[in-house]
Amino acid sequence: MFKNCTVKYNQFISGINDSVIITYPADENGMAKTLCVPMDENNADYAEILKQVKEGTLTIQDAD
Amino acid sequence: MSKAAELANLIGNINAGGGTSGRNLIVNGAMNVAQRGTSFPTAANAAYTLDQFRYGQSNDGEITITQDSSAPDGFAKSLKVDVTTADTSIAAGQYADIFARIEAINLQILKFGTSDAQNFTLSFYVKSNKTGTYAVTIGQSDNSFKQAVLNYTINSANTWERKSLTFTGDTAGVIDDNDDRGFEILWWLAAGSTYTGGSATGAFATYADANHAAGQAVNLLDSTDNEWFLTGVQLEVGQNATEFEHEPFEKSLHKCKRYYQKLTDSYALHGQICTGHYSNSSQFQGVIKFVPQMRVAPSLSHTTTSSNNTSSAYYVARDGANDYVDALAFYNSNRATTLIYSTSGTSGTQGVGANLAVQSTITEIAALAEL
Repeated sequence: MFKNCTVKYNQFISGINDSVIITYPADENGMAKTLCVPMDENNADYAEILKQVKEGTLTIQDAD
Repeated sequence: MSKAAELANLIGNINAGGGTSGRNLIVNGAMNVAQRGTSFPTAANAAYTLDQFRYGQSNDGEITITQDSSAPDGFAKSLKVDVTTADTSIAAGQYADIFARIEAINLQILKFGTSDAQNFTLSFYVKSNKTGTYAVTIGQSDNSFKQAVLNYTINSANTWERKSLTFTGDTAGVIDDNDDRGFEILWWLAAGSTYTGGSATGAFATYADANHAAGQAVNLLDSTDNEWFLTGVQLEVGQNATEFEHEPFEKSLHKCKRYYQKLTDSYALHGQICTGHYSNSSQFQGVIKFVPQMRVAPSLSHTTTSSNNTSSAYYVARDGANDYVDALAFYNSNRATTLIYSTSGTSGTQGVGANLAVQSTITEIAALAEL
């Protein structure tokens, strides 16, 4: 589901991760899609991220 | 079906705990709502298509899903699957399906996990040039994907047929009373031998690969000539299929927005997203209210483009100038509201009011709380 994506924590308040930013590869026109996922386990996107991290198929990069 | 028989079915379902209004537990069963668009070429695994309906796949073919105007009497729309690249030989572990999910809180009427668990009936209209036997699976997520599987047959090519499948209430499989996934309904289009060798039954049982698509005999993907259409999907309490419960478009749309909301209805220049202000010189902030409230705290899904000003996806109009931005994020998103803010690209004056809008044509800016 997040193949070839960049996956990175995001911080609104410095030092506190509050969401995960998933950046999909751009298409031939330079258009891409970004998903900002709240760190809420009821959110299906975040649940999928946690599942893939647990399976070892996804790593979340530190926030900028 | 005669009116007398229809009435008898309805009364039977009412006696079983169903209702005359609001009895359809499927959202967007008439395929009228398509917030993401009406055409989904080369749909990937788990791709969202028409609202509430998705494509699951692992195969060597490709399909395009569209909202189509072909429909049985009384309907205007259907979901169409068009095979664009054939896979004539589905490997053992490969598959293709259309699936929809139902929120657990809406399934409490079935009384699963009690001695009074209710039978329920799934009905739908289907059409295909590819006749033969297909499987439908209902997975129950709260019990390690317990499943029930039944078959239907498309008897006549290119003809709308209504199918009705009655499943047995599960006295042993509680569906949690929450906003998580309750049912997952899969209409199989193709399935390899790993999933078809078992037996189909309308009673829920522990998940087994061999039963997952038991009885699926058709490989819809075997030719680019193949098409498959679905509409009029209804799941209701009781052992009889009653007439499809049509509802106003705005009611279907309202239900869909619990799971997916566009932040503007115009994905072209000047499509307005929200008003807000500069919290500091480099950050625009706005507040978005979700109507209706969403299922859970939503994600933000949005198109981005390259970083030069003329092709940025969005602009922030402030005191006499525009800032051009691509990078947006939600903060403290919850069912009712969220803060949306620019993570880079803005350079205004703290405290100045501004509005966020679409700059170049985009394909999406939306809040997602799908199951």
